[in-house]
Amino acid sequence: MAYFSQQLINAITLGAIYGLIAIGYTMVYGIIGMINFAHGEVFMIGAFISLIGFMICAGLGISSAPVAILLVLLTAMAFTAVYGWTIERTAYRPLRGSFKLAPLISAIGMSILLQNYVQLAQGARPKPAASVVQGGYTLFSADGFDVRVTWLQIIIVVVTVALMAGFSWLIAKTPLGRQQRACEQDMKMASLLGVDVDRTISLTFVMGAALAAVAGMMFMMYYGVVDFFIGFLAGIKAFTAAVLGGIGSLPGAMLGGLLIGLIEVFWAGYFTSEYKDVAVFAILVLVLIFRPTGLLGKPEIEKV
Amino acid sequence: MTLQESGTLIEVEHLSMRFGGLVAVDDVSFAARPREITAIIGPNGAGKTTVFNCITGFYKPTAGRLTLRGEQEFLLERMLGHEIGQKAKVARTFQNIRLFPGMTVLENLLVAQHNKLMRASGMSIFGLLGLKRFRDAERAAIDKARGWLERIRLVVDADRPAGELPYGAQRRLEIARAMCTDPRLLCLDEPAAGLNPRESAELNELLVSIRDRDGVGVLLIEHDMSVVMRISDHVVVLDYGRKIADGPPDAVRNDPAVIRAYLGTAVDGPDA
Repeated sequence: MAYFSQQLINAITLGAIYGLIAIGYTMVYGIIGMINFAHGEVFMIGAFISLIGFMICAGLGISSAPVAILLVLLTAMAFTAVYGWTIERTAYRPLRGSFKLAPLISAIGMSILLQNYVQLAQGARPKPAASVVQGGYTLFSADGFDVRVTWLQIIIVVVTVALMAGFSWLIAKTPLGRQQRACEQDMKMASLLGVDVDRTISLTFVMGAALAAVAGMMFMMYYGVVDFFIGFLAGIKAFTAAVLGGIGSLPGAMLGGLLIGLIEVFWAGYFTSEYKDVAVFAILVLVLIFRPTGLLGKPEIEKV
Repeated sequence: MTLQESGTLIEVEHLSMRFGGLVAVDDVSFAARPREITAIIGPNGAGKTTVFNCITGFYKPTAGRLTLRGEQEFLLERMLGHEIGQKAKVARTFQNIRLFPGMTVLENLLVAQHNKLMRASGMSIFGLLGLKRFRDAERAAIDKARGWLERIRLVVDADRPAGELPYGAQRRLEIARAMCTDPRLLCLDEPAAGLNPRESAELNELLVSIRDRDGVGVLLIEHDMSVVMRISDHVVVLDYGRKIADGPPDAVRNDPAVIRAYLGTAVDGPDA
């Protein structure tokens, strides 16, 4: 029981990170129907910017952890959002209206480009990060096993839940969210009603990138090490989460992220940690075969 | 000549549209005035919808000029799709219903007013902070939407997804949504298609009120001659991409070229 509880806490933390990345995939898919394969790299860049941010904070002598975290969080979101905007502007928008595979190929190219750029700019060796938040809270002990939840885990889950709630509100209630949903359902009609479709798509990328930056920062703090290649695996897993939840569905992405976190952690905890990625990707295959619309996705309706 | 009259809202001059070898619209000129309902009629494939698609920026015309007159003049054929709605204030509906089916009835009307809202909300950032300016703009938008819901009798359905409404209600909602963009010219592509006689009569009423109460110029493609003859002020007849008649409904009804185009059947009873 104690072991199970500990695994559950770890799984929820990981699931939160995947969920944040998955939102970026699902929103972009929802609005322009393409898988943004460079999104994992955006996450990786968010992690690197956070790492640099914490080093600058330390250099400036900001010793209070909450202040440093908040500062770095906002900076990382802002800078990564600029990356997201630029990627869309340079690699995808010129190909809009081209054949369907074109932006997908462009996305893969962008992903390789960003990996290599970070590898050259930051070096290929994994970068250790000093841990900013230490300590935790022992929930209970049983069978000689302490069930602990670290402050960092609490921060990750709280920030994620807050962001997801804010984000769902943004989509459901604000003019911007209405505009995004309108573009998602009928882009041409939205444009006729005066909605600036290009700008709405740009903002979607910006928001997805900002959330990926948060995920990157959490990942960096949680694992304490980043390298230029972390975006690949985390990106594909978050993509799996988006597909599992139903691609295009926002609650689906959150649920999918949580489930992927659970599957990965429990597989590693109860079977073998070598095969945890296999377990995750087996889910991707199974979902694509047996339930391609995902858990919360709507079946594709052919647009007239 | 209509074209020289000062009270012109939209002027279509020598409009041609070719798709490869097919000439869909061939040198069509006509004008529509504000506060009038101008009907475009003609047999299937006459090029009516193509004219609409040129006006609303879906197609770039092969040749010709489309001028929207008023305080400011706009050359529609040179504008981008969303600018035609935003700046030139041309709104349209389609033959098939194109509401946002997953959004509520109210949201459909709010999307049409989003320009004002986006400006007031500073890209939603001020909206997040709940600034007064944004709240006022949001309230004004909702008031306007409610006014339209009352006019089309859908107030009780405001929070239902638009896709769940009955067909006739969806048609009315589409027109209301187009009107929420504050258009100067409203282009309706077969709004009466598939409506029962009662709904069709309601639609007539709505269109007449849009003309008289809101003072908007309406361009109407319609097969239902009872609608056309009853409410339009001016009728343009197309056949095989050419204009064959242009004038008040009574004159057009008795035009021999028009009767011929409709295969000799009486104009007031073609198979629509």
